[in-house]
Amino acid sequence: MSRRTFARTLYDGVGIVVFIVMMFPIYWMVSTAFKPGREILALTPVWIPLRPTLDNFRTAMNVPYFWNDVVNSVVVVLTVVALSIVLAFLAAVSVARFGFRGRTPFIVMIIVVQMVPLNALVIPIYLLLDQVGQVDSLLGVIAYYLAFVLPFMIWTLRGFIANVPVDLEEAAMVDGASRVVAFMRIVFPLVAPGLVATGIFGFIQAWNEFIIAYVLLSSSSKQTLTIWLTSFTTQHGTDWGGLMAGATLTALPVVILFLLVQRHIVGGLTAGAVKG
Amino acid sequence: MEAAIRAEARTTTVATDIEPAPRHRRVPRINLLPYALIAPAVLVLAGVLGYPLGMLGWLSTQHYGLRELFQHQGEFVGLQNFVTLVGDPEFRHVLQISLVFTAVNVGLSMLFAMLIALLLERVSSAIRILLSSGLVFVWATPVIPAINLWQWMFDYEFGVVNWLLTRFGAGNYIHHNWFENPFQGFIVVTVIVVWGAIPFLALMLYAGLTQVPRELVEAAEIDGARPWQVFTLITVPILRPLFVILFSLSTIWDFQVFNQVWVLLSQRPSKDYFLISVYSFQESFRVSQYGLGSAAAVVMVAILAAVSVFYIRQTVRLTTEDAR
Repeated sequence: MSRRTFARTLYDGVGIVVFIVMMFPIYWMVSTAFKPGREILALTPVWIPLRPTLDNFRTAMNVPYFWNDVVNSVVVVLTVVALSIVLAFLAAVSVARFGFRGRTPFIVMIIVVQMVPLNALVIPIYLLLDQVGQVDSLLGVIAYYLAFVLPFMIWTLRGFIANVPVDLEEAAMVDGASRVVAFMRIVFPLVAPGLVATGIFGFIQAWNEFIIAYVLLSSSSKQTLTIWLTSFTTQHGTDWGGLMAGATLTALPVVILFLLVQRHIVGGLTAGAVKG
Repeated sequence: MEAAIRAEARTTTVATDIEPAPRHRRVPRINLLPYALIAPAVLVLAGVLGYPLGMLGWLSTQHYGLRELFQHQGEFVGLQNFVTLVGDPEFRHVLQISLVFTAVNVGLSMLFAMLIALLLERVSSAIRILLSSGLVFVWATPVIPAINLWQWMFDYEFGVVNWLLTRFGAGNYIHHNWFENPFQGFIVVTVIVVWGAIPFLALMLYAGLTQVPRELVEAAEIDGARPWQVFTLITVPILRPLFVILFSLSTIWDFQVFNQVWVLLSQRPSKDYFLISVYSFQESFRVSQYGLGSAAAVVMVAILAAVSVFYIRQTVRLTTEDAR
């Protein structure tokens, strides 16, 4: 074996070890979810579920308010995505296609706003909503998630729109199309995949958010799925099988969606950042 | 900052020039369309984020306890809350812990991410696909389920980590409670944070590495540079802008860690586990000292703002280069 192939084999070996170390926690969550109780509470770990069962998923789904909270999560997230994608698209068109006074401050604001920690804002948000009697209502949460996903969405969409050459639009306008028609016929179809990707990313962010929902939604019937997960305990201590099944169920939609759009978003993030 | 904004302004004018405006109309007419397009987003951001941010500042100057909560009216105390915080050894300790925690977590995340990025460059393509899909899976895992799964892995009785450590001779960890000793507890928190941060950082750094011109590296190698020298003298300087962005983003994220501590310790962390965000939350929502909690939050925002300047400057600069 030459020195070169030896080095390559060595690196491959290290790569596999890193893969196993990084993936093991996820494997352990999913496999625990499929194990019967005896295999979960074993002093020597059972590495592969020997008698796979769906009992843990059944337990998780039967925990009070599971379906209720699934519906809450879906309602909140879909409303947020539907509203934010429209607002973000309009703003992104403005930033990507027009030079106007105040454009730079707007861009700086978009970046700055993303840095504001929700952990800090949750205090005034709670007091404000408390004053108008909107604590424990999905409406308040929706409003905050809207503002929370907007900056990132504007930022990503701006990139997608800027990537469509202005020449295409102008060519259509030379052929007699109005500016709006040129935009809708030429740019919109080209940006559509970007809209989907951005919408899905907004979905993920809103689905995963914890602290706002945790503070604002106090009654069990109003909570979202992440909050449901943290309150997952029974009188007999933690039911690890059920909890892992619940965690798998909560993570599943996000993981699937993330795998779908990851390529687009990562491309958008890196495109600017690594150039010279 | 100043320079970056000026640079941005330059491209703005360039963009205006390209604008297909009729030539004869020399007197600039203000086009209202771009303003109309951003108006809804600006309104939402100002109303839903800007207003509470202002109110946070206002609250930090108030005595706002349970009585004030019922009356919806705080009592103005000036900078009293900040004086209290500065004079409070407990808060100084919280601040210290938060800074050390951030430094350790950012350092470890960046170190491991860089090593993995370098590894991705060197492995065969099958392994590269395997490893990067693994990273994407970890990245995709939402934080709350991730905390729950680590809770299970570090469980006192049946935690697989305890078993593995014992099995491989690191000591007796059977029936070991990781959270009795805050130092060990913070090790668990760090593991969760770093594990979650590595994929994004490693994939970004790997994407950066692929952009380093091959000729430069080869030229250096022909001139007899060692791998370490190639890395420090060529790769690092070229990736500097990316490093600035990733370092500041990681610092911003790690300084406000809350969920990991709060959920991991079953929503009842002891005082030893107070990072600044946990402290601020505890003061507000558990002790009902909303004024004091807000003051702590203001301190957190101020420190984050200082770090953000680097990030924003670099991002704005890159966006302008992008447009050019």
